[in-house]
Amino acid sequence: MARMNMVQALNSAMDVMLARDPRVVILGEDVGYFGGVFRATEGLQRKHGEHRVLDTPIAEGGIIAAAIGMGANGLKPVAEIQFADYIYPGFDQVVSELARLRYRSAGDFSAPVTIRTPCGGGIRGGQTHSQSPEALFAHVCGIKVVMPSNPYDAKGLLISSIEGDDPVVFFEPKRIYNGPFDGEPHKPASPWSTHPRGEVPEGHFTVPIGRAEIVREGSEATILAYGTMVHVAEAAVKMARVDAEIIDVRTMAPLDVDTLCTSVCKTGRCVVVHEATRFGGYGAELVATVQEQCFWNLEAPIQRVAGWDTPYPHAFEWEYFPGPGRIAAALKLVTEAR
Amino acid sequence: MPPRSRLHVPSPPARPGQEPDFSYLQISPAGLVGRPDVIAAAREIEELSVQMVRVLGEDHRAVGPWNPHLEPEELQVGLRHMLLTRLFDDRMQKIQRQGRISFYIKSTGEEAVAVAQGMALQPGDMLFPSYRQQGLHVVRGRNLVDLMCQCLSNTRDMCKGRQMPIMYHWGSGKIFSISGNLATQFPQAVGWAMAAAIKGEDHIAASWIGEGSSAEADFHHAMTFAAVYRAPVILNLVNNQWAISTFQGFAGGEQRTFAQRGPGYGIPGIRVDGNDFLAVYAVTQWAAQRARQSGGPTLIEHVTYRAAAHSTSDDPSRYRPKEEWRAWPLGDPIGRLKQHLIALGEWSEERHAKLEKELEAHVTACWKEAETFGTLSGGPALDPLTMFEDVLKEMPPNLARQREELRALRDTPALPQAATPTLVQKG
Repeated sequence: MARMNMVQALNSAMDVMLARDPRVVILGEDVGYFGGVFRATEGLQRKHGEHRVLDTPIAEGGIIAAAIGMGANGLKPVAEIQFADYIYPGFDQVVSELARLRYRSAGDFSAPVTIRTPCGGGIRGGQTHSQSPEALFAHVCGIKVVMPSNPYDAKGLLISSIEGDDPVVFFEPKRIYNGPFDGEPHKPASPWSTHPRGEVPEGHFTVPIGRAEIVREGSEATILAYGTMVHVAEAAVKMARVDAEIIDVRTMAPLDVDTLCTSVCKTGRCVVVHEATRFGGYGAELVATVQEQCFWNLEAPIQRVAGWDTPYPHAFEWEYFPGPGRIAAALKLVTEAR
Repeated sequence: MPPRSRLHVPSPPARPGQEPDFSYLQISPAGLVGRPDVIAAAREIEELSVQMVRVLGEDHRAVGPWNPHLEPEELQVGLRHMLLTRLFDDRMQKIQRQGRISFYIKSTGEEAVAVAQGMALQPGDMLFPSYRQQGLHVVRGRNLVDLMCQCLSNTRDMCKGRQMPIMYHWGSGKIFSISGNLATQFPQAVGWAMAAAIKGEDHIAASWIGEGSSAEADFHHAMTFAAVYRAPVILNLVNNQWAISTFQGFAGGEQRTFAQRGPGYGIPGIRVDGNDFLAVYAVTQWAAQRARQSGGPTLIEHVTYRAAAHSTSDDPSRYRPKEEWRAWPLGDPIGRLKQHLIALGEWSEERHAKLEKELEAHVTACWKEAETFGTLSGGPALDPLTMFEDVLKEMPPNLARQREELRALRDTPALPQAATPTLVQKG
């Protein structure tokens, strides 16, 4: 075992897979010689060669399309889109091509492409470096959508993504690259080295796609969260002094309905949390699923805590960010409802 | 062994620790490239896309058919604008390093592109810049305080705190809003120009894209629409050699010049020495006249060098030689125009030093004024409730509800989350 932050864990996952499987190639803007603007691919080109870790032209549509072609021709491409906010020029290639190739060719063709992309706010990135577009991708059938919340899961889930035969859009909450963030920007940052999930095996291991994880057991309510918001939810539980169960959804698609709904049926109360905008957000899918499965066990209306329905404003990050205060208020609301 | 295919992976001529090497750069001597009629057919002037239009010679004299014959006073204004742009950039970078703004992008070394072009165009022409053409604002007389307040996201911020620094806009100055996503403005400029022609107006549009982001599909969209409708637009490709860590070879610059893409679409391509103020002015004037006479679009490749880091989040010493700019064969646009004016007997080192001091003091005074409208750490602050405005023209009910939710939260001391914003460094 080694101590890793999230960037090191992702780097290690790609390093392990490049060494294990000659079909794995990495491609993206600045990922080669430079090692990526967030350093996630640092040293990989030097170690594995410039034909396996490729710098690309600045063209997200081109990157994803080329990855599809490579994947269809037997490789296992891992494409980096520098910021999730930059993914839209490649959206057609994801929605109309990557997600449908297997289906439309009745299994004759497929492209096992993994698209890694940093998402989320809290780094003063304004509206073009802060978005969380997971709902846009979860709505598309034919791709898996993943978002880890810690270094251990990041490595294990990325290896699972690369090894799988289906396309994966892999969101990396960049605010927690260097340490868990509880939503309080005024406090000094805490590093992954003091967090249990900062301990990561150096070699090969997997975390299965499609499984949520209970990160805190509790009896009074259930919080469904993912990415950065898992840590913010933990802070909110302390703030509200409610014995809430926290579930890290980890995979938006396919969704682990059993783990989520078993918990809500037990607690009878539920708060759904994400950083992305609220309207039509992924939380709506979670709320609908819980309502369908747990209606007769629910003691209170399910609450959603999310980013406001505006672009991410540069000056008002912390007013926009759904911090522990807002989650705590929602927890009070669901637990005090009679 | 039978021949087999192998990928070509472009590699820059020099990496950190190596000697800078610009031997790949094809440079025409000043004055030698011919100046065709502005309504010449694109296919007859293809050589302009391979050669390099240059006016300023080694002896600092203006030579050849592209000499725009500007009055010394105009040249002095150009020098002043470029110098002010550079000093403004230097100051804002320092201010970012002190943690007083979150981010900045300098245009050092490529000031001639925005300044000479801004001066060659008419005030009614619409500009669609990328994020390294702040010189356009300087040319059009923008108060630096406005630019600084945008970078500060303060109470005088034109973007109301919604955009990262340098993502300026100026409706009345006819400078479009900078998105932050690359290349998107290029085809939009074509649409603006099409509208001008549809409406029977005399105005043209101009846009700027980097050589790196010319790999985006938007570049192709712009070229195709501009060519099909012969839109009155000037499409500028600023080839500053580096796109963060990838050199121009990764955008396709190894096999052909970027200007040569023009003829492929039926658009004239002109390759110009982007650090030669007079040459940039002249080709812009040519392209503008062509556009106004229904000659259609022109693609101009400005060959220049990104002397600064990509942004304050970038560290170029990791991927290129530290001394590369000093070895850049096309020099410094400010130094070259200054020497030209001195050679004309219209400038001196003393006057230059005096101007620099005057502009430095101006930048300082502007910053002092900008700070009075609020900083990240104090002074007057924008009301966070304004973030719900302008999503749509009329605020929809969900946003009105959310605004009230935030208002209540802000007024509840038990929930400290909606406190004053705090600076978190990016990157």
